[in-house]
Amino acid sequence: MEQKSNGLMGWIDARFPATKMWEDHLSKYYAPKNFNFWYFFGSLAIMVLVIQILSGVFLAMFYKPDTAMAFQSVEMGIMRDVEWGWLIRYFHSTGASAFFIVVYMHMFRGLIYGSYKKPRELVWIFGVLIFLALMAEGFMGYLLPWGQMSFWGAQVIINLVSAIPFVGEDLGIWVRGDFVIGDATLNRFFSLHIVAIPLILIGLIVAHIIALHEVGSNNPDGVEIKKNKDENGIPKDGIPFHPYYSVKDIVGVIVFLMFFSIVVFFMPEMFGYFLEHANFEPANPLKTPEHIAPVWYFTPYYSVLRAVPSIAGSAFPGVIAMGAAIVILFFLPWLDRNPVKSIRYRSDWYKGLVALFVITFIILGVLGTLAPTDGRTLLAQICTIYYFAFFLLMPFYTKFEKNKPVPDRVTM
Amino acid sequence: MSADAVNKSKRRLLVAATSVVGAVGAGFVAVPFIKSWNPSAKALAAGAPVLADISKLEEGQMITVEWRGKPVYILKRTDENLKVLASDVDMLADINSDASKQPDYCKNIARSYDAHTKISVMEGVCTHLGCAPKYVPDLNNPFAGSLGSDWKGGFFCPCHGSIYDLSGRVYKSMPAPTNLPVPPYMFNSDTVILIGQDGSNA
Amino acid sequence: MAMISTTLVMAGGGGFPTSPANTNVDDMESLQRGAKVFSEYCLSCHSAKFVRFNRVATDLGMSESDVMDNLNNLGVKFGSTMTAVMTKEYAKEAFGAEPPDLSLVARSRGADWLYTYLTGFYTDETKTTGHNNVIFKDVGMPNVFWKQEGIKKAVYEEHDGHQVLVGTEIVEKGSMPAEEFDTMIRDLVNFLQYIGEPNQSYRKSLGYGVLIFLAIFFGFAYAMKKDYWKDVH
Repeated sequence: MEQKSNGLMGWIDARFPATKMWEDHLSKYYAPKNFNFWYFFGSLAIMVLVIQILSGVFLAMFYKPDTAMAFQSVEMGIMRDVEWGWLIRYFHSTGASAFFIVVYMHMFRGLIYGSYKKPRELVWIFGVLIFLALMAEGFMGYLLPWGQMSFWGAQVIINLVSAIPFVGEDLGIWVRGDFVIGDATLNRFFSLHIVAIPLILIGLIVAHIIALHEVGSNNPDGVEIKKNKDENGIPKDGIPFHPYYSVKDIVGVIVFLMFFSIVVFFMPEMFGYFLEHANFEPANPLKTPEHIAPVWYFTPYYSVLRAVPSIAGSAFPGVIAMGAAIVILFFLPWLDRNPVKSIRYRSDWYKGLVALFVITFIILGVLGTLAPTDGRTLLAQICTIYYFAFFLLMPFYTKFEKNKPVPDRVTM
Repeated sequence: MSADAVNKSKRRLLVAATSVVGAVGAGFVAVPFIKSWNPSAKALAAGAPVLADISKLEEGQMITVEWRGKPVYILKRTDENLKVLASDVDMLADINSDASKQPDYCKNIARSYDAHTKISVMEGVCTHLGCAPKYVPDLNNPFAGSLGSDWKGGFFCPCHGSIYDLSGRVYKSMPAPTNLPVPPYMFNSDTVILIGQDGSNA
Repeated sequence: MAMISTTLVMAGGGGFPTSPANTNVDDMESLQRGAKVFSEYCLSCHSAKFVRFNRVATDLGMSESDVMDNLNNLGVKFGSTMTAVMTKEYAKEAFGAEPPDLSLVARSRGADWLYTYLTGFYTDETKTTGHNNVIFKDVGMPNVFWKQEGIKKAVYEEHDGHQVLVGTEIVEKGSMPAEEFDTMIRDLVNFLQYIGEPNQSYRKSLGYGVLIFLAIFFGFAYAMKKDYWKDVH
């Protein structure tokens, strides 16, 4: 009963699956009808990506990746001399933080509704890879304005590489292309930031979405809607993504843009968290700022790094812990042994553990922005232990959970 | 049925209205990105009007100043030159500079301010392919070629042989289509010219 | 009568507390006065190399001749940036280091810090400049305002057996009444705040327009969403 379309679309469809792609991914992609607030963040991540690419392309037209000119090309060229350059820069600097806010919310959604569980393991793994690529993108982008924080932040992180036994020192020099962070480092970070990593990111995002649309979206009830289909093979609890979720996501995007605009137009520095005060001074390799903190989105992992004591004068154990804190996310689909997906139908104490995990993560983030004291280090250590215990003990504690009955159909 | 029809038209209206507002928003967003390509404050500062001192310029002499990366010729002509400009016109391609670029106050035979007819200010950019024409006041000019004794002094472009008269007007049948452009300029005083800014002190 | 200019109590452990600068970058008269103070007292040694004179004229509503005559000490072109009168080489010899560029000092330090710093000098004979500063210990910059402000000395209080610096007091009056001096410093800080981000006022005013537009857009989009979702509910 397939209807052959005529006209221009027919001509195109005979050569390129335009209508088929539109249907597969939008007009006949059936998404559960019970998406809630947390399901806005996927489309918002796409929105932020568009903002970053658009503003980034224009910034690259005016930026100069040269240690002698970089700071001036940003703070004078872009921020003052180029018409509207300041706005494009604030779009990009605010977008960077917005990207992480949106992605952290998106990951939290996956965590509470069990979106990483079978059959969506690959969706989750592509997602963690996107998170990793995004961290690399943020880290390299932060060097480009060549302010004090750009320089010293990169200095600290690249020195982590040097903590690797035996090869570390040579590896650090290789990454920098110099004995200090200099022109070579800035130029290669620029290239990676504007070409290589964005390409990887886009590829991963495409894979993330293809994998998702292959298995179908999860929902707040964790019910597989494909198990209940009507006589036409359409899930009874599904609605076409377009127009229903496209019109809904437009509303989400507008609300997001309101918050985004409030930051861009009224508080672009966000009290020194989005644009750090010390970064308004040009990089000076001879003068360390009084207090070095990474940008806020790295601070939870930075806290983990600092929480682990160095062994025999080597910071390597901390580096391992920081890496492990991210790598462990890849294993989440197999660590959680509970067959129930949504937190709605899991035990109350598991809800408590998740809440505690979120609090722990936030505490680690706050501690990462502060200078360490004995008390703070102890707190960071406790939080780090909980962070790992939450994941590593999952195979055991999830077995003892008393679940609530999961409904057959989604609830609105 | 009719309720359905009402709903459909309402829905169409809402989609149309939202689309229009969205398109307007996209238009607003495009403005900063498009405008960012305009010359920056740095380029504008570099392209700001330049002053030229002509107190030492003798009749028949020419000086060149740079403005916006282009050579600008300032030529002081003799009374004899001006007479030639007014009479010898049948060999020119654009006698009244109708097709050429100059400020209105210089759209005349001498292509100059009426109060300063001897002073000619022109961009030294051949209208053919942008070479800088040479000033050739010598009447026994080796380049004049076909003009022979009709040559009364002017400009000769070394690239493709275009010939201009002393107010930058191009001769007929030359590669260059129009006269040399005249930039906006003004007299700050009788001896100081500001190039790059229109003046009303004609 | 000795007057205590700073009456703040030291916050436990941290640096010297800042006093609010109470600047207003929309106050054009204050900015114009600040620009003149800046040109007169700061531009001799410091530069503001990201700031163009013509931009200052436009933003502050000053005429070209006003800016060229009163702010432009070196007589550079109208579109040029603010460079120090003193050469880098001379500055290095005189102060041991090149005085920092002030284009972004308000963004890296903050207006309150600047205000506290500029009013926080006190006599300290052990220093080569003859001055020290409450918030920037052993600063290399001399107090360029000592004639106007007068001679001040540090005030210490005893806390847990330690002498803690709590402020300064005037021991010999300067040429300017205290209130007038305070206004001058606030004008200067206001100007520094302005050059830190010359478009900050415009940015905020544009922001209101953007939010109003988004609110309208939201109204339409939400009505559209509601209408479509009638099918689902």
